This record gives sequence, structure tokens and C-alpha cells, in this order.
Amino acid sequence: MWLENGLSWMKDTMTQAVIEAKGLNLVFQTADGPVHALKDVNLTINPGEFVSFIGPSGCGKTTFLRAIAALEHPTSGTLTVNGMTPDEARRKRAYGYVFQAAGLYPWRTIAGNIRLPLEIMGFSKAEMDQRVERVLDLVELSGFGKKFPWQLSGGMQQRASIARALAFDADILLMDEPFGALDEIVRDRLNEETLKLWARTGKTIGFVTHSIPEAVYLSTKIVVMSPRPGRITDIIESPLPKERPLEIRDSREFIEIAHRVREGLRAGHLDE
Amino acid sequence: MSRALPVLSVLLGIVVIWYLASIWMNSTWVYDQAERAGTTISFAEMVPQTMDQERPLLPPPHQVGAELWKGLFGQAITSKRSLVYHAYVTFKGTMMGFGLGIIAGVLLAMAIVRFRVMDMSVMPWAIISQTVPIVALAPMIITVSSQMGIQGRDIPKAIIAAYLSFFPVLVSMVKGLRSPDQMQLDLLKTYGAGQGATFLKLRLPASMPYFFASLKVAIAASLVGTIVGELPTGAIEGLGARMLIGSQFGDPLIMWASLFAAAILAGLLIVAVGFVERFARRRMGVVG
Repeated sequence: MWLENGLSWMKDTMTQAVIEAKGLNLVFQTADGPVHALKDVNLTINPGEFVSFIGPSGCGKTTFLRAIAALEHPTSGTLTVNGMTPDEARRKRAYGYVFQAAGLYPWRTIAGNIRLPLEIMGFSKAEMDQRVERVLDLVELSGFGKKFPWQLSGGMQQRASIARALAFDADILLMDEPFGALDEIVRDRLNEETLKLWARTGKTIGFVTHSIPEAVYLSTKIVVMSPRPGRITDIIESPLPKERPLEIRDSREFIEIAHRVREGLRAGHLDE
Repeated sequence: MSRALPVLSVLLGIVVIWYLASIWMNSTWVYDQAERAGTTISFAEMVPQTMDQERPLLPPPHQVGAELWKGLFGQAITSKRSLVYHAYVTFKGTMMGFGLGIIAGVLLAMAIVRFRVMDMSVMPWAIISQTVPIVALAPMIITVSSQMGIQGRDIPKAIIAAYLSFFPVLVSMVKGLRSPDQMQLDLLKTYGAGQGATFLKLRLPASMPYFFASLKVAIAASLVGTIVGELPTGAIEGLGARMLIGSQFGDPLIMWASLFAAAILAGLLIVAVGFVERFARRRMGVVG
């Protein structure tokens, strides 16, 4: 009996959407009147997907990611994360969040920074040490645990902040323009590593970006958004294989998807 | 060495100006003496006589130096005439006031950052408190505390010193506790961190550079407060009392020697705070 229940529960969670938005609206009240940051957003993200949100500033891509993380609260519509409200999902440690700036505490070592969420969540000392080692290895920063943030390059700092988001084993990784402040060469490398990380961990990733090549290279699903009011104009399921060397960016398929994304962005712009 | 040179040049300049000023100010007495004796005196004869007067208007540096040496090393340090003894009394008061000021400043800053009501009600009064001249307030604090049956001058002195030293700590800590940006606060929110964790893990450590910067100002303010607390109503111990005795009994050398003892004490205290700051910065991963 309990086995059957367990099995059916497992089935549910396997097929259940990780993130589901239905008719989502979010309005900010500002001094200049209400700003419609998200209008009628419908989106389903399934387990293990790599979803990019792309669009010009003000299109609501970051707001949507923040709503998933319960940092903003929708005005109307429903938004569920693992079948729960975003607030509940946070309490269940459903997601790790990576911001545009690494935001490492300068007074803590790299290991100390990664330990931060673990300390707050009350892990044991031994467990913490073991987890820190593991995630440092995941982002290829083994041996840098004792360094202070200023001793690391910008790219390495951002990798450390990704390790910090991974430390408590959330199923979902939310990344808000994590490589936006880095130069192209570092960015290429981190994109490759992000894909490797995604393949190794099987996490569901929500990724906000300004860059068309970045979105196409990384994603299994690309959500194209446009501003005023922030809304989704196109959702593209990527036909690219899971295994993606950097050279794939010169392939015909890649260029075609990039073209479609660009079209979607332009269409959103013409509406104005 | 490259840092010592400019400092020494300025010091040399001060000493030269000081000697010139001594000659000028003390010459009046020399000329008066000559006139009373019915003789005239040349400039070259006058200058040496301004250098070793018993009650000079402005004692030249070497006289102050000699008096300072005598005060510091001329007798056992437990003697009531020893400047070391008086400096110790002042030091004790300064440290008590400093400690009290830090506690008051930090606690008030925590309350102000945590509660909007405190921000609106206490902060303006904290600022107003610093506009009241401490010289006017010091005798009142001493009188009130003796009315309340508090023995000795240690506690009122510490209160006066704390009154001056809590303020820089308060202002810096408020700024420091508010220094984390929205992103850092959001990050902690995503971990489900509460008020307590946010304070301990983020706000408090982020405020430390501000805190240590304020300590140098606070310790100097505390020393000034202690000396002012030693001035009024018959204190007999401490550098402040020593200065007052020097000026009231017409013994400017004592006054000047005490003044310099206070300056040396201030210098030592600031250097000590600097060491603590350096140590703390290194512990927090900042080099230099």
C-alpha cells in the first residue's frame, strides 16, 4: 500500500511542472503611477529544463525570476514552484539564486561564503565541510576555499557564487544575468562550464540574459519577452542536442534559432 | 622614513615659531624689569632672559620639555607630583568612558536601525546632545551624581567622557549597519534568513570597518571628556586637575607639562586603537 502511494507520488513529482505561471500579472506602484512589469504571463517549466529569459531592459525577465524566488509578489494570477507557492517553496529550499554581481562577503573566505547559507539553514559542521568541498569541485574551484574574494578574478568570484547557490542542494537554480559583467572570453568559458554543471547535476535552471548567443547556446527553452508591459512574445523549444561544444554556435541550426529570437525581440519592439 | 620627513619638518617649523613667540611674549617682563631698575637693555641681552623665567607667559620648548621630564621621571610614579600618576588617573577615566560610549553608541545604533520609531525619535536628540557645551554640562553631571550618593569621581567622569564618545560610534554604526545593499539583503532572504541571522551574518560584520574608523575619533573625544570632567569643583587627580592647578597657582610650567602629557597620552591611545583596527582588518581578510 505505502509502496503504491510512494510510487504514485514519485510519478506525480516526475511529471509535475517545476514552475508554472498562469495569467500572471505584476504591477509596481511607483511615484509616476503604476508600472505593468508582467502582463498575463503563462509559462510551464519542466524538471531538468534549461530555460533562458531574454529581452530588453524593462521586459520583466528579472521580475519574473524574482517572483519565482518570492522576492516579488504577483498582483494576480497563479505561480507555483514544485506545486507550492513561491514562499513555501523557499522554506523548502527549492531554489538557489545567483545574482548579477557575485556578492561574496569580503570578510569571509570563499569556503566561508559558501558556508553562509548552510550556517543559516543549520547544517552540522562536518556536513558543511563536506558540502563546501563538493560544490567547490563542481565549479572547479577546488583548493581556493581558503582564499578571500579579492584574491580571485571576476569569473572565479561568480563561480564561487554559483557554488554558494548549489551548496544546499536545491533542485532549481535561478540565475539573473550571472555573467553580464564579465568579458566575452570569460563568459564563453563559464557558459561551457554552466552546461557541464547542468548535465552533471540535472537541475532545472532559469537563466536571465541580454545576450542572444548565450541564450541559444545554453537553453532547451528560450522565452522571448518584450517591455511595457512586460510580456512573453515567443517561446522557442531548442532542437539543439544536449551535448554542445562551443563550435555549435557556427552551425546552421544555431543560427536559425538565433534568428528567430532576434525576430521575436524585434516584433516585441514594433508593438510600441 | 618618507613619512617621517614631512612630519619632522612641520615639527621643526612649530618649534621655531614657538621660540620666536616665547621671546616676543616673555620680553615684556624683561623690559619691565629693566625699566624698574632704571636701565636700558639691548635686544641681544633681552633674548637669553626670556629663555629661563620662572613664570613665563609662554615657556619655550626646552623649559616645557624639562618640566615634562621632571614630571614623568623625577619621582616615584606613585607620587602625587608624578605626571605618570595623573596620566594613569586620566587614562582610567578615558577607558571607562570609552567603554561606556561604545556600549551606548552600538546599542542605540542597533535600535535605530531596527526600529523606525527610534530612528525618528532618538537620532535628533543624539545630534542635539552634541551641541550642548560639555564644559557647561560637566559640573552638573558631577553634582547630580554626588547627590545620588555616588562616591568618588570615577563614575561621573566616565559619564562625561561617554557623553562625548558615544556619538561618533553611534553615527558610524548606523551607517555601517545600513551599508549592505539590496542585493545582499535579497540573497539572505532567498536562504529564508530571519532578522537575527541577517543582523549577525550580514549587518554586523559589514559595519565593522565603520566601527573601527569611529573608534579613533571616540577615544580622542573620550580623553577630552575625561579632562574636562577633571577640571571643575576641586578635583585633585588627573591631568585636567593638574592643568587647572598650574593655571590657578600661576605656575604655567606645570600647566604646559600636563598639556603635553595629555597630548602624549592621546597619541598613545590612538596608536593602540590603530593596532586593534589593523588586527581586526587582517582577521576580516583586508590587507593593509
